[in-house]
Amino acid sequence: MLKGYGAVILEGAWLTLQLALSSMALAIVLGLIGVALRLSPVRQLAVLGDLYSTVIRGIPDLVLILLIFYGGQSVLNAVAPMVGYDDYIELSPLAAGIGTLGFIFGAYLSETFRGAFMAIPKGQSEAGMAYGMSRFNVFFRILVPQMIRLAIPGFTNNWLVLTKATALISVVGLQDMMFKAKQAADATREPFTFFLAVAAMYLVITSVSLLILRFIEKRYSVGVRAADL
Amino acid sequence: MIFDYTVVWDSLPMYFSGMLITLKLLAISLFFGLLAALPLGLMRVSKNRWINMPAWLFTYVIRGTPMLVQLFLIYYGLAQFAVVRESFLWPLLSSATFCACLAFAVNTSAYTAEIIAGSLKATPAGEIEAARAMGMSKAMLYRRILLPSALRRALPQYSNEVIMMLQTTSLASIVTLLDITGAARSVNAQYYLPFEAFITAGVFYLCLTFILVRLFKLAEHRWLGYLAPRKA
Repeated sequence: MLKGYGAVILEGAWLTLQLALSSMALAIVLGLIGVALRLSPVRQLAVLGDLYSTVIRGIPDLVLILLIFYGGQSVLNAVAPMVGYDDYIELSPLAAGIGTLGFIFGAYLSETFRGAFMAIPKGQSEAGMAYGMSRFNVFFRILVPQMIRLAIPGFTNNWLVLTKATALISVVGLQDMMFKAKQAADATREPFTFFLAVAAMYLVITSVSLLILRFIEKRYSVGVRAADL
Repeated sequence: MIFDYTVVWDSLPMYFSGMLITLKLLAISLFFGLLAALPLGLMRVSKNRWINMPAWLFTYVIRGTPMLVQLFLIYYGLAQFAVVRESFLWPLLSSATFCACLAFAVNTSAYTAEIIAGSLKATPAGEIEAARAMGMSKAMLYRRILLPSALRRALPQYSNEVIMMLQTTSLASIVTLLDITGAARSVNAQYYLPFEAFITAGVFYLCLTFILVRLFKLAEHRWLGYLAPRKA
């Protein structure tokens, strides 16, 4: 049905999945840094965190991808000779894609995390302090475990949007499943067939993620009493 | 690295005409998207499985696949079929503007339908019971009670959707349209100045985003004022 291109597209799907997972890992780190900045008592840091999340969320992903891919390339090549590296550097689309998507979705996640942290009653961290825990322990033993439960719905949403945004990286030449499908479509002149196949693959990825994240949410909510209306 | 302002200044007319195209794409797709979303949203709250299921499937599939794939399916994909190529619709379906509007409208209709359905379901039961007690028919209940209040309560979420759509229209540049992103891409191709080209585009989008946010704040003040917390 796919004229022998099935394996090629599956290969692309694996790359898509790698890209999505790695950028999510980076985004979680940046999101935590972002939320730490935004909730920090130091005004300048809080402003910096707010700026990061507002500016990034106000600009289309595609524009940021093009900016970081082409701009990053020219910065690298301007800086490299100064440290004694004279060859032309070609930015790998996968590295650029992970960096860009991680940077963009770090901003979205910092917003998700902020809402979750603020929903934890103040008494929780005060109780931790009263027990003599260090600020570090209060954060990781008391706040983070509770934050995860509250952040899962927002996180699920961010993850789905990120998975779908990976398709845009094919525009700067990453050979993900979108790119492979375009090649196959051009070669066989059957674009509908191949883009439909790719759409189905994305649907599989998003559906499976939904199931997994729903399971995780259930696990994290075990101790929560739900009231029936 | 020096920021080359002259290039930005010289290409400003291109960005402004790009902005007009972006706004045109946004307005057309939002209008038709909302038009389609209303019946879809009503279908999604129906208790009849045969009415609810098709709408659920539509929104699930559209929301589960990337916008780029949907755009390519319509713009490149449909040409695969001779029936489409020979039909009277072909002049439309071979135009990038039409395909982009169609793809965006279909996409936003799915998201908006879910917003409307969520808002309808969140209507306080008492309001519906009161309307029934007054002897309203189902049509009148929807027309006078459910829709006016649900559409108002959907405003904050809808404003998010509109801003997402503004950003989504940047995909039009991939199918050759010269919207803001398209203008930036051609400036970058011409001068090879990625920072100047794309940061300018980013500033345009940020300004549009802030204006939209402001407009929706005004709209919320006008139509949702009764839900705002009381000022002391």
